[in-house]
Amino acid sequence: MATKNKKLSLKDKYQYLTRDMAWEPSYQKKEDIFPYERFEGIKITDWDKWEDPFRLTMDAYWKYQAEKEKKLYAIFDAFAQNNGHQNISDARYVNALKLFLTGVSPLEYGAFQGYAKVGRHFSGAGARVACQMQSIDELRHVQTQIHAMSHYNKHFNGLHDFAHMHDRVWFLSVPKSFFDDARSAGPFEFLTAISFSFEYVLTNLLFVPFMSGAAYNGDMATVTFGFSAQSDEARHMTLGLEVIKFMLEQHEDNVPIVQRWIDKWFWRGYRLLSLVSMMMDYMLPNKVMSWKDAWEVYYEQNGGALFRDLERYGIRPPKYQDDANKGKHHISHQLWSTFYQYSQATNFHTWIPSEAEMNWLSEQYPDTFDKYYRPRFEHWQKQQEKGERFYNNTLPQLCQVCQVPTLFTEPDDPTQLSHRSLVHDGERYHFCSDGCCDIFKHEPEKYIQAWLPVHQIYQGNCEGADLETVVAKYYHINIGQDNLEYLGSPDHRRWQAIKGNKPLGADDSKDAA
Amino acid sequence: MSIEIKTHAVEPIRHTYSNIQRRFGDKPASRYQEASYDIEATTNFHYRPLWDPQHGLNDPGRSAVRMADWHAVTDPRQFYYGVYVQSRAKMQEATEYNFSFCDKRGLLTRLPDAVQENLLRLLVPLRHVELGANMNNSSVAGDCVAGTMTQLHIYQAMDRLGMGQYLSRIALLIDGGTGEALDRSKTYWLEDALWQPLRRLVEDSLVIKDWFELTLVQNLIIDGHLYPLMYQHFDQWLAEQGAEDVSMLTEFMRDWFSESSRWVDAMVKTVRAESEANVEQLQSWIEVWQPRVVTALAPLAEASVGAPALSEVAAQFAARLKKLGFAAQEIAA
Amino acid sequence: MSQLAFIVFQDNDNARYLVEAIAEDNPHAEVQHHPAMIRIQAEQRLVINRHTVEEKIGREWDVQEMLLDVISIGGNVDEDDDHFILEWKN
Repeated sequence: MATKNKKLSLKDKYQYLTRDMAWEPSYQKKEDIFPYERFEGIKITDWDKWEDPFRLTMDAYWKYQAEKEKKLYAIFDAFAQNNGHQNISDARYVNALKLFLTGVSPLEYGAFQGYAKVGRHFSGAGARVACQMQSIDELRHVQTQIHAMSHYNKHFNGLHDFAHMHDRVWFLSVPKSFFDDARSAGPFEFLTAISFSFEYVLTNLLFVPFMSGAAYNGDMATVTFGFSAQSDEARHMTLGLEVIKFMLEQHEDNVPIVQRWIDKWFWRGYRLLSLVSMMMDYMLPNKVMSWKDAWEVYYEQNGGALFRDLERYGIRPPKYQDDANKGKHHISHQLWSTFYQYSQATNFHTWIPSEAEMNWLSEQYPDTFDKYYRPRFEHWQKQQEKGERFYNNTLPQLCQVCQVPTLFTEPDDPTQLSHRSLVHDGERYHFCSDGCCDIFKHEPEKYIQAWLPVHQIYQGNCEGADLETVVAKYYHINIGQDNLEYLGSPDHRRWQAIKGNKPLGADDSKDAA
Repeated sequence: MSIEIKTHAVEPIRHTYSNIQRRFGDKPASRYQEASYDIEATTNFHYRPLWDPQHGLNDPGRSAVRMADWHAVTDPRQFYYGVYVQSRAKMQEATEYNFSFCDKRGLLTRLPDAVQENLLRLLVPLRHVELGANMNNSSVAGDCVAGTMTQLHIYQAMDRLGMGQYLSRIALLIDGGTGEALDRSKTYWLEDALWQPLRRLVEDSLVIKDWFELTLVQNLIIDGHLYPLMYQHFDQWLAEQGAEDVSMLTEFMRDWFSESSRWVDAMVKTVRAESEANVEQLQSWIEVWQPRVVTALAPLAEASVGAPALSEVAAQFAARLKKLGFAAQEIAA
Repeated sequence: MSQLAFIVFQDNDNARYLVEAIAEDNPHAEVQHHPAMIRIQAEQRLVINRHTVEEKIGREWDVQEMLLDVISIGGNVDEDDDHFILEWKN
């Protein structure tokens, strides 16, 4: 056969190997094949304008991903064979992993199915292929996380029933409701929520400084899966930016819809990441970077550059960005104080930061830590020394939207708890902030459905009326092992034994005695 | 003494996660088990999907097929992501070698024009069928429940994309990388009468709502006829015309089909064994779709390998069904 | 306000060559070393050229190989056979 034309460019060749395999259907109606593309009001006039965010054919995908996996599992094997858990900085560190496995890993699974769904339902084949690749990547992430933690689970408490807990435990409804919210939305909002707001704008805060922190705390397995996962993330981030630009370029009517989604998902993501702020400032025994610094680099600086870039489309920075920027001085301390009080109902331990750690916090947070937070910790420490470790036995009020207890303060007054409420259909709903209240106002029918853990306990839907029964029976938290104060916990005692400081605790000493 | 304590301190306090313990006891678990069972949320969903308010998220009610626990369906290959990509990486390495061998020696461009045209008319349009299969499997992965089920389908979805790309590259070998041959081939898919029944079948599959029906139609019934017909009989037919080299370029598909049929059969068997209602439901879908698939393939068979080959394929498929416990139908191709 | 384009690599052997190449092609870039990772940032634009990387590693190099070692990026991506560019356009 004669070859007349000139050779395809890389870009055109990739299009032949992806979107050109699609065709205009004639035996079924397009809207029956792609029924979910219109109800959100996003107008797409020409899918051909979709710019492929990356050009990875399946053969290259298999090749590169296999190489990554080979490396990763070699490290997991070495880590387990050499009892790598003994080389971490301190066993308190593992509590961050407990939060990660119960709070984050199940979201990766949700992302896998969410992307499989949108990866089927966009009528633009280029976008479908990009979403499907992200889908299978997300499956990779949940599975490698489970495998990375598998060894820790054999040596520490609190990791053992992560998926069961994710569906039930009170604070895990924060990440769960976040993802349920995105997955129950339409395909374009899903991508704005996860690809753009979460992956592009916010996920760096979780994976980059926190994983660097894992490295700094001797956790080879976690840093390896974290960075290996992030190498997929570069593709996901590119998709996130592309999808936003694509929607904005397709039709001017899309701009206000996208802006509202950005406002909503920025705030929702910010609230979710408050859990990460606590991991970074309090749960890493060796500190790499404060939450405040991480927020400045990864949100204020990067987000600033990004939103300036998007100005040309008529997009402004997220509505409650200023409140979030103010919160950087406070949220980690407020959240850790709360979890300290409610450790009887968590699958991880809490503790009072050491003197050296408090000094580090004072340095990092010169305007707020000594003034507002140190006195509280010192007070609790005294109580603890007297044998009266403080636990709060009243159930907290949860925000109807983000489901974090209403523990945050007013953006401009750190002595005043922030609380909003409104009446909808004769019932009063409570919120932690203007950001969350706004989200509710726009879609009350969605948020009145929320499965609020505290309400559910009161309504008797959690296998018991008292907290202890709920925690043990419904949450599967092993009382005295998974929960409560770190000092003196079985994890602590085993760690001391590993380090040869003190003998094992009572429950572990049967054979040694 | 301190040595004893140290030894004791490295003894694991448990061998695996609690959900795996509940299923298999507290003993060391395989990576497949830990990565596949119970990783999907099952309860306390917060919001009903805007795109399907009749169902919840992860609602097993999106299929008429009922299973007490969908984790009963497992992968005989025990693929989790890492094993999956490494297995495919090996296959792609061999395939890459074959493509580059064909390219360097001009094995396709050396073929007579008529044979090249046959490849573009009869083989390469299957890339569109692969894209349909890719969409269908992605759809099942998004809608079905249980980690053991969902991951099977996303692997299958990506495999189909990959095979569609290999088929496309056959045309790129023929046209020297200009895309012209792909355009011609696509016109056959869209306009040539011999493809229209199959294109209709693929488009019809894209609107199937029940995800188990969809996996059954795509992965068992369509593939169960199409792959033997095109990658065995048609492959032989090409060889008879002196185009046996094309075999090198479709080796991936043959290996893939024999591998993936194993999990498809295992899935169908398990679901069938669950209840009489499932037997009836599956049987009724098979009765609707199997004749349609054979009919849709008839013109393609007639234009190449001949009707008897298709009858043979249909008979083999009937035997496969029988092994799975379903009544086989008499279908004249 | 400044607009920094950036790329972050795992700190490994591949990355050392990449970082060398990037530093050469982007004199305005700043290289920061963190635990287990290297971050390179530059005002507005950061470019990775295939040719420069190939010079550094002494073999053929596909731009997509970078995907093995990248942890994060900031900026609009422009990728082709010969380069990978991160850029803010406003």
